[in-house]
Amino acid sequence: MDAVTQDFEVIDTETSRAPMLVLGLGNILLQDEGVGVAVIERLQRRYRVAAEVELLDGGTSGMSLLDDLRDREHVIVVDAVRTGNPPGTEVVLRGEEVPAFLCNKVSPHQLALSDVLANLALMNESPHQVTVIGMEPLSLDTHLGLSELVAGRLQALTDRVIAEIKAAGYEVEALEQAAWNNNISLMTEA
Amino acid sequence: MAKRIVVDPMTRIEGHLRVDCEIDGGKVVKAWSSGQMWRGIELILEGRDPRDAWIFTQRICGVCTTVHAIASVRAVENALNMEIPLNAQYIRNMIITAHGIHDHIVHFYQLSALDWVDIVSALQADPVKAAQIAQSLSDWPLNNVTVFKDVQAKLQSFVNTGQLGVFASGYWGHPAMKLPPEINLIAVAHYFQALDYQRTANKIVSVLGSKTPHIQNLAVGGVTNPINLDSQSTLTLERLAYIKSVIDELGDFVRKVYMVDVAAIGAMYADWTQYGAGVINYLSVPDLPLDTKGTQFEMPGGYIQNADLSTFQPITSYQDTFFKNGVKESVKHAWYQGGKGALHPYDGETIPEYTDFQDDGKYSWVKAPTFYDKRAQVGPLANVLCMAAAGHEPTTRNLQMVLDMASAVAGAQIPVAALHSTIGRHAARAVRTAVLHETLNNQWTLLMENIGKGDYDIYNQPEFPKGEIRGFGFHEAPRGVLSHWTVIRDGKIANYQAVVPSTWNAGPRDEADEAGPYEASLMDNPVAEPEKPLEVIRTIHSFDPCLACAIHMVDTEQKEITRVQGVGAQCGVSF
Repeated sequence: MDAVTQDFEVIDTETSRAPMLVLGLGNILLQDEGVGVAVIERLQRRYRVAAEVELLDGGTSGMSLLDDLRDREHVIVVDAVRTGNPPGTEVVLRGEEVPAFLCNKVSPHQLALSDVLANLALMNESPHQVTVIGMEPLSLDTHLGLSELVAGRLQALTDRVIAEIKAAGYEVEALEQAAWNNNISLMTEA
Repeated sequence: MAKRIVVDPMTRIEGHLRVDCEIDGGKVVKAWSSGQMWRGIELILEGRDPRDAWIFTQRICGVCTTVHAIASVRAVENALNMEIPLNAQYIRNMIITAHGIHDHIVHFYQLSALDWVDIVSALQADPVKAAQIAQSLSDWPLNNVTVFKDVQAKLQSFVNTGQLGVFASGYWGHPAMKLPPEINLIAVAHYFQALDYQRTANKIVSVLGSKTPHIQNLAVGGVTNPINLDSQSTLTLERLAYIKSVIDELGDFVRKVYMVDVAAIGAMYADWTQYGAGVINYLSVPDLPLDTKGTQFEMPGGYIQNADLSTFQPITSYQDTFFKNGVKESVKHAWYQGGKGALHPYDGETIPEYTDFQDDGKYSWVKAPTFYDKRAQVGPLANVLCMAAAGHEPTTRNLQMVLDMASAVAGAQIPVAALHSTIGRHAARAVRTAVLHETLNNQWTLLMENIGKGDYDIYNQPEFPKGEIRGFGFHEAPRGVLSHWTVIRDGKIANYQAVVPSTWNAGPRDEADEAGPYEASLMDNPVAEPEKPLEVIRTIHSFDPCLACAIHMVDTEQKEITRVQGVGAQCGVSF
């Protein structure tokens, strides 16, 4: 592993926080479970996203994401979801569907995430809007890298997230392949 | 008639736990702890570069990312018999202690306080009376009428919105809830304040680790935090001064709020010192190395048998053979091919053999670890008892402080022996947090002094020999002893096993059919209402389990399953 450059900007989250957070959740060691993280890595590597949008690989974190979620205008959660549809199906949930989604426990992380959202609600610091964009997994086996099916649909899912970012009024620009940010190490590609 | 309760997994991520209890005559008479996810990290690591292992292992778990990174680099460094520069040790130590403080505060307030505190009852409290009580216990400046009134109003508006249901683990009005409204109000106020302080602690991890979640600053051989006091892009005096201000801010909360709350709430639930002891052999490892080789540590560790502190045997170095030779894992009751008896982690096998849940046979994906063929409890209680047995001054002082405060509230002397219990694990965690805070402060001073001497070293280059080498790395993590074991052949990983805290505590019966710590701790726990097994949750939560799960009620007669809302544990891993 190469040395990673220090980034101390993290300290000033209060003053510099972006109004939109795109949060990829998932365990990359369980194949398609990591699809949310894969979308974040693709966005970081192949696109230039407006400064008002923060991209975050949340892994399987719970309460440590509290500070990242509080008081955002809009949070887009990208995750593997199970709704009974065929593997590879894209799922978008908004508004009232989101709490219902969290209560029905279709996502593997809902419990941790709902704990975080509950605490934010108690503090009156809930994100104003939460959208869940997910994909039905094919395989959750212990394996690094997505299944062929989900890997084949990763770009479509990424496009769906980009459309949501653009709909909120923020710019996303696709980079030429020569300009891809190769400093982003891809945890999600074996 | 015996009833069976099943605490079942919600999902399959992060290693979920299922706890089955048989309840008879209002108490638990039999218990099984079952991990519901199969472990396979070693399959992912096989054949990889050992220098990269830590970046993958920290993805095992959502709570303890940092700890798996630390244990992994230590295992590889141990195999290479490396020395680690002092600055790197101190920087790692600061990350470890800050993470531990964050983790313990979140556990007590956000993840387990609602097992004991009825937040709805806080609405009935008299804020003036609450302020008087709080001020009699601590001079924390936020213990005042204005703050308590404000919290009550905030809570009322939250309850009015009808969102209370978001707290999946709430047992409002349960008969086992015993605190007066004023104490509940004080606890709720501190619950809010804890949310601020836990993130304060996490800032230290962010600054030194470059990123949370998933720190990026480790390397086999040291850290990647270049030290150059004149450059803006490295670890500068300004950054170090900022960290010091965060450390100071944390100290008051730990001493004037967290320790006091645990002592007071513990004293009011003194009956819970009678339940939940379980396995009373305690194992912890020394941590926070003070030299380059890992032979001196700021926090001692070792092994105590049968709750007798005089039996304490220290573990003294990264080469310690007492630790290395004592660990084995049994798969007799786990869903793996066995028949070879309990195996040492270097020889460990992970070949699945699923059989369904068999009460007297195999019933878990978690292996059952033993220390010299005995079950051992790990975690803050084990850590604090071992440090006290070793005569570690900050531990004995802070432990006495908590016991004295609890005794004053209870109006009766509470002895050290009361720690072998459900409530004792919470008390020990608060003591450990105070010790971690003092240690964090020391490590900051040591780092500053060492930099002041002109030592800017942060990294030694690892070199992998041809042939086979073996190493283990241990870490006293927030949930207890964590060890990673690796066999490296020609510079590539040939075998990798992680023996994690939840394996020690949540493991099933072992080779001798002896119950594990979770299972043993549940025996004789009272259960007032089997439909709302708050008492079972209290004991399991006191271990700070890494799992996400819900309670399913199974009436074995009618085969009827009623879902009772979940345990609300955060997440994490149990393999």
